[in-house]
Amino acid sequence: MADFQEIVEHIIGHLRKVVPPGTEIAAESRIVGDLGLDSLVVMNFVMALEDDFDVSLTMDSLAKVETVGDLARTLEALTKR
Amino acid sequence: MSILDKFAPLGQSYAQLRELGADPFAVTFDSMRSPVEATIDGRPVLVFGSNNYLGLTFDPRMVESGIEALRTYGAGTTGSRIANGTYLGHTSLEHKLAEFFGRRSAMVFTTGYQANLAMISTLAGRDDVLLLDADSHASIYDGSRLSAAQVIRFRHNDPDDLARRLRRLEGQPGDRLIVVEGIYSMLGDRARMAEIAQVKRETGATLLVDEAHSLGVLGANGRGAAEEAGVEDDADFVVGTFSKSLGGIGGFCVSNLPDFDILRVCCRPYMFTASLPPSVVATVQRGLERMVEQPELRQTLHRNAHRLYDGLSAAGFILGPEPGPIVSVRLPDVAVAATFWTALLQEGVYVNLALPPATPDSHPLLRTSVTAAHTDAQVDRAIATLTKIGAALGVLETNNG
Repeated sequence: MADFQEIVEHIIGHLRKVVPPGTEIAAESRIVGDLGLDSLVVMNFVMALEDDFDVSLTMDSLAKVETVGDLARTLEALTKR
Repeated sequence: MSILDKFAPLGQSYAQLRELGADPFAVTFDSMRSPVEATIDGRPVLVFGSNNYLGLTFDPRMVESGIEALRTYGAGTTGSRIANGTYLGHTSLEHKLAEFFGRRSAMVFTTGYQANLAMISTLAGRDDVLLLDADSHASIYDGSRLSAAQVIRFRHNDPDDLARRLRRLEGQPGDRLIVVEGIYSMLGDRARMAEIAQVKRETGATLLVDEAHSLGVLGANGRGAAEEAGVEDDADFVVGTFSKSLGGIGGFCVSNLPDFDILRVCCRPYMFTASLPPSVVATVQRGLERMVEQPELRQTLHRNAHRLYDGLSAAGFILGPEPGPIVSVRLPDVAVAATFWTALLQEGVYVNLALPPATPDSHPLLRTSVTAAHTDAQVDRAIATLTKIGAALGVLETNNG
């Protein structure tokens, strides 16, 4: 569907709605560590991404996600199935 | 350096809570004078946070059954169900549960937590997919972690999201096990059972319903949310607990699946823990009988639930979506919630304080629960006390409605 960079941009678009204005977000940004999001906010934004890409992320795969890039790679792999 | 260092942030949060005067995790009841009256630090309190929905904990017949079993069978079984821990009482209780639910089989576990842990971890194998409601109880999440299956969450109480996720799995091998709760423990909202059952039928998935908070509460016979929605045939497994409406402790699962009993030799949380003490088993079995004998308890519970919900709603509190045995008050932040909870206790009303991340969103909750044993006067006193403190703390919505 989309390539890695497009997915990263898409994720960043979602994240902008939940982080303070002006926060720098890149593929290397750690979603919890750098952006300070709590688990509930993360869950909601992941569910929105799942809708956008029409995929379901397993809890196991999410547990391995640390950065925006990790999440993009996980989504990319699922959309290419 | 210590192995406990990783808990330092949690320790700081807990210390902050205690600085506000609240230590909700260290409340000790000195005595229980009735199902709804206790003393804490020598002072009388009304208990509005107990899960004792039918108020059966002091039922004289239940207490006598327990005493008799204690004398007859001793203090404990000192063994697991598959070794020396199955007594006549355990099998008798299983037969009675199966009969009550109109099912072929029943298994009894030592706690409700273990019932979910056991069933979910065992039913969902390596090639299977578990579909959990996002607001599931910790026992469901922990069961899923113990399972080798893939675990997918769907939006809370959202049958359409569940259906979408099942559709995405089309073509993938393995069984799908959907897990929902009859009543959700934090906000007290009911599962949309009819629609969830329909999704289950259309997709060929298996459905497990945890009726922990709905046993004895919902349905014409108190069998729970599946009975109320008329979809019991779709609930392949019904899990529940004895520690709420039945006033004891323990868990169970009932099912119509013919090979159900094979689970007795592969469910690890069933096999590798000591069985319930005979006195508890006897108490619970009598409790099940008392529940069936007294359907009016359920009506009283619902009347009390509506009284509390309507009273708090009229006062301007933000509550969960519907009246029920759990009535949760949403508060803006942890500091207000802790101050509120402490003030309530000082005024002689005990409720549960639920803090994020255990709550469905980032708001803390004062989680109150009503029972059939509360009188109108006690419910009114709880409403008045909450309202007085709520007004003082400025958390009432002035433009309510």
